[in-house]
Amino acid sequence: MTITELLHNPWPWYVAGPLIGLTVPVLLILGNKSFGISSSLRHICAACFPSKIPFFEYDWKKERWNLFFVSGIFVGGIIAASLLSNPSPVAVNPALVSDLARYGITDYHSLVPVQIFNWQSLLTARGLILMAGGGFLVGFGTRYAGGCTSGHAIMGISTLQWPSVVATVCFMAGGFIMANLILPFILAL
Amino acid sequence: METETIIETEFNTDFEVRSLDTICINESHLQHKWYHNIKYLIVGIFFGIVFVKAEIISWFRIQEMFRLQSFHMYGVIGSAVAVAMLSVWLIKKFNIKTIYGEKIEFHKKPFNKGQIYGGLLFGFGWALTGACPGPLFAQIGTGATVIIVTLLSAIAGTWVYGRFRDKLPH
Repeated sequence: MTITELLHNPWPWYVAGPLIGLTVPVLLILGNKSFGISSSLRHICAACFPSKIPFFEYDWKKERWNLFFVSGIFVGGIIAASLLSNPSPVAVNPALVSDLARYGITDYHSLVPVQIFNWQSLLTARGLILMAGGGFLVGFGTRYAGGCTSGHAIMGISTLQWPSVVATVCFMAGGFIMANLILPFILAL
Repeated sequence: METETIIETEFNTDFEVRSLDTICINESHLQHKWYHNIKYLIVGIFFGIVFVKAEIISWFRIQEMFRLQSFHMYGVIGSAVAVAMLSVWLIKKFNIKTIYGEKIEFHKKPFNKGQIYGGLLFGFGWALTGACPGPLFAQIGTGATVIIVTLLSAIAGTWVYGRFRDKLPH
């Protein structure tokens, strides 16, 4: 297998996981920054619509690094999709494939399921709940919890903070409940 | 010492918020020009590429994780935590400094009930959108433009939390 093939194929967990873990010391050594992504949403609020809310009245410019970091993630997405894209469909568990087929989700050529996440489906109840409702819960929930997968699950647990373990267990519990008990009804809409 | 205190006071405009939400503390007391932030852009680019290539940003992979149909995401998060934990231990053990020679600081995240309520709500959103905040930016980058709506909704969710924060149980 050539290097190009290796780069274009999906990367296994034992390559990706350690690379993500290394972000923690890299950010600390580059400038004492604690790894955490959901704060960027707060900084955007503070920068664009502080509305005299105490929670957003702080000097967001001192947290600019975080906005540069998420802009980088966006650019990384562009680069990976244009130069390193994988031509084959996303290979998932056959059990999931047959289950999702019942809801008309059969297209695996994109990482984001194009049949439910598209501009037209925003006008349907299903699309609105998944995109707008889900997005709202991500923003509200991460700030309420004080962090997301990066801030709590990776940065928090690796610095041995038990509240982050509690938060991570709750993230997973919420995900299990939604994916197994509620999402089937939403997908059936 | 005195200058440091001044910077600290000026920075911590909202002590109560900081104590609950330590994640957005900027530990560095040094003031840099804006272009020093370019290095974080570069780290972000590498990070975004890993997100896409390991399919962490895929809704399908998140569904597999929550249905216990694949080890992939558990392997990614588990090995990320292991490498991060080892790195933090090495930084503490050898007292490694930042590239500017500053001492690396770690901050406690005090417990509050928000980690339970907010955690569950975020879990719901994670399973719906198939993305945590980081992957949202990467998904848009890969050309899924409609995810801009999800990102704007997440910003709205953050804003609503900030607006009604004092009425929520913590």
